[in-house]
Amino acid sequence: MNVVETSGLGKRYGRTWALHECALAIPAGHVTALVGPNGAGKTTLLNLAVGLAEPSAGAVTVLGGVPAGSPAALDGIAFVAQDAPVYKNLSAGDMLHVTGNLNHRFDRAYAQDRLAELGIPLKQKAGRMSGGQQAQLALTLALARRPRLLVLDEPVAMLDPIARHDFMATVLAAAADGVSVLLSSHVLAELERVADYLILLSKGRVQVAGQVEDLLAAHRMLSGPAGEADRYADRPVVHVRRGEAQAHLLVRAGAQNPVPDGWEAHPVGLEELVLAYLREPGAAALPGPARGRGATMTEVAR
Amino acid sequence: MTALTVPARAERDVSPRPVPWRRMAWVTWRQHRIALAGVAALLGAFAVYLELSGLQMHHAYAALIACHPADSTACQDAGALFTGSYGIKGVIAAILLQAVPALIGAFIGAPVLGREMETGTFRYAWTQGFGRWRWALAKLVLLAAVVTAAAGAFSLLFSWYVQPLFAVGYTIPFTPMVFDLRGVAFAAWTLAAFAIGALAGMLIRRVVPAIAATLAGYAGLAFAAGLFLRQYYTTPLVTNKPDLPGSAWAVSQWYAKDGKFAFPARGSQLVDAVMQLCHGGTGRGPGISGPGSPAQCLTQHGYTLWTNYQPGSRFWPFQWIEGGWLLALSVLLIAVTIWLVRRRAA
Repeated sequence: MNVVETSGLGKRYGRTWALHECALAIPAGHVTALVGPNGAGKTTLLNLAVGLAEPSAGAVTVLGGVPAGSPAALDGIAFVAQDAPVYKNLSAGDMLHVTGNLNHRFDRAYAQDRLAELGIPLKQKAGRMSGGQQAQLALTLALARRPRLLVLDEPVAMLDPIARHDFMATVLAAAADGVSVLLSSHVLAELERVADYLILLSKGRVQVAGQVEDLLAAHRMLSGPAGEADRYADRPVVHVRRGEAQAHLLVRAGAQNPVPDGWEAHPVGLEELVLAYLREPGAAALPGPARGRGATMTEVAR
Repeated sequence: MTALTVPARAERDVSPRPVPWRRMAWVTWRQHRIALAGVAALLGAFAVYLELSGLQMHHAYAALIACHPADSTACQDAGALFTGSYGIKGVIAAILLQAVPALIGAFIGAPVLGREMETGTFRYAWTQGFGRWRWALAKLVLLAAVVTAAAGAFSLLFSWYVQPLFAVGYTIPFTPMVFDLRGVAFAAWTLAAFAIGALAGMLIRRVVPAIAATLAGYAGLAFAAGLFLRQYYTTPLVTNKPDLPGSAWAVSQWYAKDGKFAFPARGSQLVDAVMQLCHGGTGRGPGISGPGSPAQCLTQHGYTLWTNYQPGSRFWPFQWIEGGWLLALSVLLIAVTIWLVRRRAA
């Protein structure tokens, strides 16, 4: 089952396309990280997936073919928007009650236990909580709905490192319980720890999509003499970093591919990989037999 | 590279049953109880004042009609004293009451959606299982029903309060100042103000500008209705008798000569005519209708005063007409608001 599936999905605000020709299939059972520079269309994609926005083109379905925003979709997806909006004049206990009333399923015992664990008194007004507590409250409300898909828009952007760590631990615990998670984030270091599926958006288009494991296995960093870097112009090079003597090439090649003489191959990390693609908006790595490998590559070194 | 995951079949294509409507009652109450309590306090304080002041006035009126003989100087003086002391209180109460629908529209109607949009909590509310247009409909209908019922009850109290002032002829039910505070009109105006506020909040997405827009929109509509619209609900009756029944509402007056319209009985054309025809002595009379007055002078010159009027018996038809179009307008505004909620992109 795909928790989110889009085809030809586009969203236009005025004359600019925030998202264009977006084709995605995010399988269930993953923690999917949605990354990309500001204005790449991350929030737009999430809003479309949770039914807050209507597509200008194409279609988006969720939870295995249910139209986004339909009653069945709303029932199975919990969303925490950017800055974790909660009613500031309501107490944590009231927020539990409101959320419980607005949904079929609501695990009040779970929510109360979690708030107790977090040290958030039920009587405390949301407006008087720290940013971290507010985010945790919003996440608790979302998880107590027992969703099949949890969608988080920049959940940790406003949090300090400890709050960020605690928040992500909760998300991971939920994922371990079988909740699919889709989250957008700027914080690359965090993703390495939590995400096992990656989507990289750039200028409203999908640049990279796939399981983290596969993506890492399919890329290597080659280091060798700077003068020889041009020899790889015909290779699927994603990004070149030239030093005085050495050049570092992030290439699409697995461990089985031969390493040229005088060059060294290193495995890449997720952060490194994402940075390389972010720096080369023209490069793409997309799954699917329909797209030929060569077509998705760019020539970087000349 | 991973192969594209095979698109899974939709799990049993059954939509879940909608979350029951009644659940919104608690949610709405919990979210808006402070605002509702504010309105209750305001109307409550007002009601206590009207009750106390009204009892006093009714007692004074009972004493006045018990005064015998009615045409004695003492009774005439008592009547003047009554209107002198209670008339102004009635006017002040009416002016304050005129503001109540506007305040309800501004402080209950405008924030309902305006605050959600301003603080971003609509992203929470609209992604819950209840569904966003159902959420908006439930909220708006519940709050609208509550404020309309409160206003309806309040207008009953005001109707009782103002009776002695009608009885002594200080004012009539058609007076614009009191017409829309009684019958079904007050409740309907309150509902309309609420609907204007709700739509303004949804359109403007900021509470304070939405409040300002609501006050302006409501005031504009209320003035337009009172000054230009109400008099045309039904075709006015026409008479050339100088004395109208006491409860009738004179809509317009004009002078005619030889069966033809001459000039309106107001404004510069009347002044010009009086200056021209009644120059020298006759035009300088003490009153407008007494001997030697302009009115008499014009009559002497063959002019007849005609009056368009709405008889007092039309009070209830007018109430229902006003209530009807305000209800239709409110339903329309709320429907537009819900349509906006439904289609508005985040």
